[in-house]
Amino acid sequence: MDQAIIIEKGIFIVVIFAITMLFAMYETLAERKIAAWFQDRVGPNRAGKGGILQPLADGLKLFSKEEFFPNTENRFLFIAGPAISMTTALMTSAVIPWGDKLTLFGRDVILQATDINIGMLYVFGVLSVGVYGIMIGGWASNNKFSLMGAMRASSQMISYEVAMGLAIICLVMMTGTLSLGEIAAGQHGWRWNVLYQPVGFIIFLVCSFAETNRTPFDLAECEAELIGGYHTEYSSMKMGFYLFAEYASMFISSTILAVLYFGAYNYPGMDWVESVAGANIANIIGIFVLFAKICFFIFFYMWVRWTIPRFRYDQLMKLGWKMLIPLAIANIIVTGIIILLADQNL
Amino acid sequence: MLTLFYILSAITLGTAFLTILSKNPIHSAIYLVLCFFSIAGHYLMFNAQFLFIVHIIVYSGAIMILMLFTIMLMNLNKADEKNKPILSRIAAVVAFCLVALVLLATFIKSQPVINEYKVSGQDFQSIKVLGQVLLNNYMVPFEFASVLLLVSMIGAVLLSKKEHINN
Amino acid sequence: MSIETISLSGRKKEVSNKKMTFAESLYLIAIAKGLWITLKHLFTRSVTIKYPEQTRELSPVYRGQHMLMRDDEGRERCTACGLCALSCPAEAITMKAEERKPEEKHLYREEKYASIYEINMLRCIFCGLCEEACPKQAIYLTTSRVMVKSSSNREDFIYGKEKLVMPLDMAIRNTQMQTAN
Repeated sequence: MDQAIIIEKGIFIVVIFAITMLFAMYETLAERKIAAWFQDRVGPNRAGKGGILQPLADGLKLFSKEEFFPNTENRFLFIAGPAISMTTALMTSAVIPWGDKLTLFGRDVILQATDINIGMLYVFGVLSVGVYGIMIGGWASNNKFSLMGAMRASSQMISYEVAMGLAIICLVMMTGTLSLGEIAAGQHGWRWNVLYQPVGFIIFLVCSFAETNRTPFDLAECEAELIGGYHTEYSSMKMGFYLFAEYASMFISSTILAVLYFGAYNYPGMDWVESVAGANIANIIGIFVLFAKICFFIFFYMWVRWTIPRFRYDQLMKLGWKMLIPLAIANIIVTGIIILLADQNL
Repeated sequence: MLTLFYILSAITLGTAFLTILSKNPIHSAIYLVLCFFSIAGHYLMFNAQFLFIVHIIVYSGAIMILMLFTIMLMNLNKADEKNKPILSRIAAVVAFCLVALVLLATFIKSQPVINEYKVSGQDFQSIKVLGQVLLNNYMVPFEFASVLLLVSMIGAVLLSKKEHINN
Repeated sequence: MSIETISLSGRKKEVSNKKMTFAESLYLIAIAKGLWITLKHLFTRSVTIKYPEQTRELSPVYRGQHMLMRDDEGRERCTACGLCALSCPAEAITMKAEERKPEEKHLYREEKYASIYEINMLRCIFCGLCEEACPKQAIYLTTSRVMVKSSSNREDFIYGKEKLVMPLDMAIRNTQMQTAN
């Protein structure tokens, strides 16, 4: 491996982290603004023009809060909880293709930190590890409400991982690869996966709501029943880390939705732009298109949050196990039959 | 590469010992999770990416979380742990010694089958190859394994169902 | 009409516990409907009044701080008849009457005046009944926006004459304005 690649990847990773952080920061503002708009209010508008500095003010506030430790023997685990959440929220971005390759200074720069051939499974692995952050934090808080919140969050995440995996299997059957880069590249033109897999997309969408612990599946932090859920005992920047991790994982899961089902960086007329202005320009536009798609999904997350009330716990489990999983299995069977028929006809 | 192997092995062995030695059941479960992660690291060093990620998803991501669930909900304390009777202690020690003897014997007797490892560049670990091997060469055991899983699942469902006294 | 059938808003719906059909139990249609409603709200104007810059219009019957009026010659109008205290539903007003001495003729209009006139602002509900009851048109609830100031001392909320009586310069200005017209 030559040094240029290491430097290139290093810069790329730093940029991706910075973008993720920036998005997570401004998602907090966007959430409040969008909530306000849905409720015919104005939202935060005092810090900076239109509230543009609000996330900085929030961060400053969190930093200056008192650090509180509950009476627990597991101080280390108490700190490890938010750290694990944050790490896993950021780790996923390693396999996401942010764009096609660019040609800079005479060398091809692939806009993906690493294209491993099990990219999709890697995302799942990271997701399943993300449960630990919540569980350990909730348990180490030495508080019944925290433990209950952690239990709810993790059981929900485990349950919905199953349906999510089954939804993805259809996609894998169609594309024949687990690498996110290849899945993204395969959607060139109008072959977006959502057109071929609408049911799978809906299942995946619902499951990613559950995986990110957002309304209508935010039972883990249900204020009325559990005070604050797993982060009841957290304060200061540890609390901030949990919140930040939630927003970062929202960004990442929006990205995955866009990459898997909505054509990633592909946009209609990409070939025409390439023939007129060259591959670099076309691919740079592609990056912006991807980010526009991500922003749409983030907006959709918030839109749903301020529309749908929280599910009850039994409804949640019923939806996960009795609706989504059979639906996903039926989807697999139908997809299999169609692929088989298509192969025979060809 | 060799130092990486030694570091990983040290982590694996250390966390495995801590799993057994730590008094708090939650701590030992978390050490076991770390142990699993380092084993997954070993897989990665074999360049077996699929095994690596499946190991993480299945063992660390699903099984250990369910274990943690039960431990957390049972609320085990040090006070709950009873002293075992002497007979079972002796039995445990004897069993351990026997297993250790067998393991040691295999280690001493065993000889490296291949003296030298070479990088052939052949693709043996990608999901495509794995799937072909599983569904062509090992079709029957594979299907049997799935039937076994199904049976255990049905068993679990039956166990958790309430029994009706009438009918 | 029985109580079950009354619907004041006209939008009453009977609760039914009928079993949901499969399409309903997927919640998809309901969710889409809800999303449409919120999306419509995204494009409606916000109803917020941005307070320090914008202020809400005062109601025409706004009642603020009380004031004991002076007449054209700057004399206090109040005659301490006690009708305001009597009419006060919150029993916030107390007063003590005193006879006017000859040399105080320029201070008080009537022969009897209130030497002490106190309103307990913690009790007052700003209903304006004192204003209506007053036969001498002495007490008024102004349109002043000054709210009762907070304090940690309960005695501070009992407003005496020094706070209630119209300031002299204001009375002088009023008289000048009247003569000018």
